[in-house]
Amino acid sequence: MSIPLLSTLIFFPILGGLSLLCVPRQQTATIRTMALLVSLVELLLTLPLVLLFDKSTHVMQFVEHHPWISALHINYSLGIDGISILFLLLTALIIVLSVLVSWEAISSKVPEFFIVLLLLEGAMMGVFCATDFFLFYIFWEAMLIPMFLIIGIWGGPNRIYATIKFFLYTLVGSLLMLVGIILLYQHGGHTFDILKLAGQPYSLKLQLILFWAFFAAFAVKVPMWPVHTWLPDAHTEAPAAGSVVLAGVLIKMGAYGFLRFSLPILPDATQQMLLPMLVLSVIAIVYGAIICLAQSDLKRLIAYSSVSHMGFVTLGMFALNQRGLEGAILQMINHGVVTGALFLAVGMIYERTHTREIAAYGGLASTMPVFAGFFLLFTLAAVGLPGTNGFVGEFLILLGGFERQPWTAVVAASGLILGAWYMLWLYQRIFFNEVKEGMRGLTQLNLREILTLAPMVVLIFWIGLYPNALLGFLHVSVGHLLDQVHGVGLAGVALLPGTMLHP
Amino acid sequence: MIDTVAVNWTAVEPILPELLLISIGVLLIGCDLFLPRQRHLLPWLTVVGCLTALAMVLGTQFTTAFGGMFLADGYAMVFKAICLGAVILTTLMSEQFCRVIGLRQGEYYSLLLFSLVGMLLMASAGDLMVLYLGLELMALPIYALVGLHKREQRTSEAAIKYFLMGGFASALLLFGMSLLYGLTGTTEIARIAELIASRQLSANPALLAALGLLLAGCCFKIAAAPFHFWTPDVYEGAPTIVTAFMSVGPKAAGFALFGRVLFLGLPQLHDHWGPILAVLALLTMAVGNITALCQQSLKRMLAYSSIAHAGYALLGLLAGTAEGLAATMTYLVIYLFMNLGAFAILMLLAAPGEPRESLEDCKGLATRHPVAAALMLVFLFSLTGIPPTGGFIGKFYLLKAAFAAGYTLTVVGAVLFSAISAYFYLRVVRYMYMNEPKETAALVVTPGMATGLGLCVLAVIGLGISPSFLLDWMITAFPGGLY
Repeated sequence: MSIPLLSTLIFFPILGGLSLLCVPRQQTATIRTMALLVSLVELLLTLPLVLLFDKSTHVMQFVEHHPWISALHINYSLGIDGISILFLLLTALIIVLSVLVSWEAISSKVPEFFIVLLLLEGAMMGVFCATDFFLFYIFWEAMLIPMFLIIGIWGGPNRIYATIKFFLYTLVGSLLMLVGIILLYQHGGHTFDILKLAGQPYSLKLQLILFWAFFAAFAVKVPMWPVHTWLPDAHTEAPAAGSVVLAGVLIKMGAYGFLRFSLPILPDATQQMLLPMLVLSVIAIVYGAIICLAQSDLKRLIAYSSVSHMGFVTLGMFALNQRGLEGAILQMINHGVVTGALFLAVGMIYERTHTREIAAYGGLASTMPVFAGFFLLFTLAAVGLPGTNGFVGEFLILLGGFERQPWTAVVAASGLILGAWYMLWLYQRIFFNEVKEGMRGLTQLNLREILTLAPMVVLIFWIGLYPNALLGFLHVSVGHLLDQVHGVGLAGVALLPGTMLHP
Repeated sequence: MIDTVAVNWTAVEPILPELLLISIGVLLIGCDLFLPRQRHLLPWLTVVGCLTALAMVLGTQFTTAFGGMFLADGYAMVFKAICLGAVILTTLMSEQFCRVIGLRQGEYYSLLLFSLVGMLLMASAGDLMVLYLGLELMALPIYALVGLHKREQRTSEAAIKYFLMGGFASALLLFGMSLLYGLTGTTEIARIAELIASRQLSANPALLAALGLLLAGCCFKIAAAPFHFWTPDVYEGAPTIVTAFMSVGPKAAGFALFGRVLFLGLPQLHDHWGPILAVLALLTMAVGNITALCQQSLKRMLAYSSIAHAGYALLGLLAGTAEGLAATMTYLVIYLFMNLGAFAILMLLAAPGEPRESLEDCKGLATRHPVAAALMLVFLFSLTGIPPTGGFIGKFYLLKAAFAAGYTLTVVGAVLFSAISAYFYLRVVRYMYMNEPKETAALVVTPGMATGLGLCVLAVIGLGISPSFLLDWMITAFPGGLY
């Protein structure tokens, strides 16, 4: 491999974004087109990764390694395994759709918006590629700046409150993680390399301290109950593209952080903290779903449904078995697709009606039939109807949860029922009933909007009917992760190279 | 018998940069007097002089001159570079601002240079006498600089306050130094450490009193809480350009003095000064960050923010390790650029007759001048410590050094306070980007200002992305550390 694919993936959107500076401010059409081109090329750049990826090994692939700050033993090292590759694809896709949905919705400070969006893409790619803890932290924090600006500049009426809340919540969490990183560096042989940090015999006390330090950062990002309160505000006030990126990629990073750092580096603490984590997950599922029933704001409802869905993700993750973990990762992708799609759809309807009040809607099925069809599909996927992708992920998670602690699956299943309730009720209130006054004469979806939603429909059915397309990437990497958590990690692999201990 | 000794001119070599700057300072006064038409050349003469001095400092051989009174070592070199950098950037930014507020420019530059010579002496001092001499040489021109803008009322108050407080701090320092001299019979800093070790003085109450007095005096100079009360008023009252300069140059020189006394003179007392500084650092961060939260004046907010940053920089000193000192120096370098940058944007806002120093005045800056707003964004995020800016690298290094030295709780505190600081820095971003402008007048940027700002932003981002060479330089400034 002579072409540094991952670096290209990180820096192409950054440079592409900065290149927009060369275009005069007034030529918004050119700027939009260039942004779209950059994001499309970025999506194409992920293709070689998929084609060249070797699914039969858990080791990092496409590795790049350069010394960066040698005085502090910090390296610029990148690599992906079966867990991270899916997120790269998701990120690239979500950004393309975000550019499309912002086409007309963003009318002020247009060049800044697309620059910031593309910078954000670069940072997100970096988060998923970094295999050096310090580098990871750099990207993790750098991501905050563009997101802060996207919500704060182009958001809704209450945007400033929402964006500052978002920033402060995540910053406090991240800074505590930073202390944890330094602590780990001191005890882990003065290195930031996460492959070397994993599998070292840390004392249980140290592991627990680190676990909670990392928890502070990752749980806020997921968001787990009870640190989820920034999410509804941020989602509600963000522009459509911001909500889509937030739901599609950003909140996945918390769960990804658990998978990449907490689980393999701190296996004993993970085992020890299993029960609290499962309880928090189950609370998030049921609590988020119940809150959804009481919402009168369209975006806020979907935001709370994210809390509930991410509860499923953490439940599957801390079930700590093959099915649960694979389900959790798949569910992250699913949630990115489905909730991303819902936010895209809401963004489109908001452009037409300029209201987020559910009560203001009604009868859209007769005024915007195509839109109603798309929204129905997304609703059903969110509910987890068999045949859609939502079903596969949630089913695997429930299976995994049942194997670990049967009661978790029982309680979590009630979240599914509540989910069906609030989503279908939402659909009923918006699309059925008599046509409300302000809902007449809305323009139909144009080609750009249909093209934005169509990939999501394809993905929903594709993953729903053939989940192995994605699960195939996961098996080996997840198996290895479980080996690490259950303590057979290094010794087991050394004894039986290339074999899987957990079928 | 009388020995006639020929003057050894080579002995003067280590202080050539200082001599050069003094002669340029005198030359500036002469030019101002006799060539009043050519006044616009004064800043450029200053910059050229400082650049030459910088080149001489960077190229200097490490020696000990004047019988140990003057040390030209890596430590001195780093601090001299910081102080020279501060003066160069300040001078670049001066002309525009001074013209806007109508400040007389003649003696301004020579005062800057004389103060700079004081700072360079402080950085190189190997003897308490030279240290004190440098300190006073630095402080006196600044008292004048603070009060230079005679038409503004706040200025005189600030100057008097600074003068009284500064004099008080110097007295404390001097008292501490005299106690040290009384105990050890020498004013040579390195010798003091040896004598404390050989005579086992470290438990002597008089020595502890000396330590206390020195700490108090130094904390006055770097504006660490609870000795910071002069700072907000003086910083707010002084012309913004002088404030900007004071918040980086003399502060760095104060740290040079602090580090020299503690690391070279009193290393055996680390068990005492380490914890004291830890408490002071936390207190400083608390006072700086929490008080900044409720400021309506951007200038006053930046004043409190510079108090808070002194608290962060103390983290490296209190660690008492070579790594810690390297971290403090790294931070001061980065702080130089980000703080001067932020102040420069504040100066851009000023208009003749109107100071425009409040948060309200930044409203809609992104619409009025997108580039200035973007630069301010970078500086503010760097001050907050968000990657990929230099501020993050600096803060990380400090945290790491303090952590390695065992000050875990201090580090956790520092981290939480820097999360608090995000709020008020972000508030500025909010005003710039998320509000509509009140003013519509275009901002004027002169070439000097543009150069200064360009240097600042390049340094902040460049040091954030590739800090390697800076860290390597700082670490080699102390081969083997001081212990």
